[in-house]
Amino acid sequence: MLTFTEIKRSFLVSVWFMFLTFPIMVIRVNTIENVVIWRWKNMLFVGAGSFVLSFVWRFLMRRKEVGSKDAEAGGTSKSIFQRFMEEKRLYYPALGAISVIVVLFPLVFSMYQVNIMISGLTYVMLGLGLNIVIGLAGLLDLGYVAFYAVGAYAYALLNYHFGVSFWIALPIGAGLAALFGIILGFPVLRLRGDYLAIVTLGFGEIIRLILENWNEFSFGPSGIANIPRPAIPGIEFTLHQNTIFIYYLVVLLVVFTIFVVNRLQDSRIGRAWIALREDEVACQAMGIDKTKTKLTAFALGATWAGMAGVVFAGKTTFINPASFTIWESVMILCIVVLGGMGSILGVVVGAGFLILIPEYFRAFSEYRMLAFGAALILMMVFRPGGIVSGMRKTYQFEGIENGEASDKKA
Amino acid sequence: MLKIDHINTFYGNIHALRDVSIEVAEGEIITLIGANGAGKTTTLMSISGIAPPRNGEIVFEGKPIHHLPPHEIVELGISQVPEGRHIFPYLSVSENLDMGSFLRKDTAGIRKDLEYVYELFPILAERRNQAGGTLSGGEQQMLAISRSIMARPRLLLLDEPSLGLAPIVVKKIFEIIAKINEENRTTIFLVEQNANLALKVAHRGYVMENGIISMTDSAANLLANDDVQKAYLGI
Repeated sequence: MLTFTEIKRSFLVSVWFMFLTFPIMVIRVNTIENVVIWRWKNMLFVGAGSFVLSFVWRFLMRRKEVGSKDAEAGGTSKSIFQRFMEEKRLYYPALGAISVIVVLFPLVFSMYQVNIMISGLTYVMLGLGLNIVIGLAGLLDLGYVAFYAVGAYAYALLNYHFGVSFWIALPIGAGLAALFGIILGFPVLRLRGDYLAIVTLGFGEIIRLILENWNEFSFGPSGIANIPRPAIPGIEFTLHQNTIFIYYLVVLLVVFTIFVVNRLQDSRIGRAWIALREDEVACQAMGIDKTKTKLTAFALGATWAGMAGVVFAGKTTFINPASFTIWESVMILCIVVLGGMGSILGVVVGAGFLILIPEYFRAFSEYRMLAFGAALILMMVFRPGGIVSGMRKTYQFEGIENGEASDKKA
Repeated sequence: MLKIDHINTFYGNIHALRDVSIEVAEGEIITLIGANGAGKTTTLMSISGIAPPRNGEIVFEGKPIHHLPPHEIVELGISQVPEGRHIFPYLSVSENLDMGSFLRKDTAGIRKDLEYVYELFPILAERRNQAGGTLSGGEQQMLAISRSIMARPRLLLLDEPSLGLAPIVVKKIFEIIAKINEENRTTIFLVEQNANLALKVAHRGYVMENGIISMTDSAANLLANDDVQKAYLGI
């Protein structure tokens, strides 16, 4: 393996990198004393680092090739997660262990940790909602955060004006977001791909700008404060207890979301979404109502964002338009893409990667975007389908499939 | 069964179909032949509601359908095999077929039709777990036809099934088209550029030129007609 040509290639790579980074890594001009400092040590580091990394890179590329050859030969290359899901003996104990950890989490860890978890789980909800629109129906929606904002402002404003409680605001926020989903859906029914992305991006910005500038309605950039936290009527919570309460609430909502999205995926409407994603012409030829299918995708996707928005407003007790910028949309989109489009587990894993890891590595927050970009590029090269690529249940009729005796369900 | 009565269809300002009238009786194979851009595909699009006519009438089994949206027309029993196949590339063959029966709820009937389709095209049964996009052109056309059969249509609209296929595959597909018509009494409306083959399999034919029906006769007569031979058969 460690042949001369391999070493030569890595050597050339490291020379090339040393040359490339020479101006920024080695030369440093001290303008005050008018001297140039030559940091040759840095060059050594770059050289050694790129030398080693090029080996790792080539090793991974080779592995990838072997994998794709396997797939061609008939064996499907499945991720660790997929194998895990299929092996019932591993799957159920793992599920049990995860539930125990989830339930015990706030009792063991500090409030800081619980808060991070809450925001992570909120993003899981958002990701699962966007997953309906992007992963299942194949409609690239870049203004998803607008629905999140609709939910949050629905609770904040209803509470401010009418004293509406969290529990009533939750369904109202979800419903309002769904309504906005349909309002966005109508004008973009005829659009696809890039054009759809641009229009939805504009829609997201419109909502944010309205919230920022219509002072009489939304109190502008100063936002709305003193939004009550969700609570059970008649019980006084301390802040700590309340956070734990919100944590369990979000966990329940996430479980509910997973349940519903899972059922939706295998339903008639889910099949229509998949048909729409694959080929619109054929979808119409199959007798699927394109208008209805697209609108339900937008509406049902937005519903979860609305709910997440209400929870967000209740948790932070303060909202302003700065929480609903385009970057939030991009973040949620990254969760879906990185995790794996069309895969529920993928979204959960993706949210874990993108929300929890940056929280725990706050010390390196300056490099966050750098790591982000690197992670996305690496993923596109090695796992283009996402960390956990979408798995669909395939159903087959018994008897007909005589080729394979056992009716398989993958 | 299907009566197209003086329809005019436009794409924006372009007058694509001019006063087109076609009649299809039950159990027939009708073919519509013509050069590129004559309006053959537009005629099919008008029937299936994707490009509805601006005026004129389309009546299917006594019911006017020219105002209905595409999915309601499919529901009435008109199924289209779109030009260029348009199979679902990332779904497996069996899932593609499953999509064909999207509007049906009779599980037993669906199963029977699935068996029938696998019998017609044994290659599809072999490849049932393969993604649709990985099939060859001929297999994709077979899949597209099978998918439409899964909707159990009474009227099957076929748009250029010979497009881009090897002659031997085309021959096989036309044999199957005749077989479907014979065994199920499915009425077939065939749009084709390969006039020779289409007229051999069809009962009656229409010739279209620049959005106008220029000729109509039995398929045998059209095959023998001098003008048709010169213009479309290259004899």
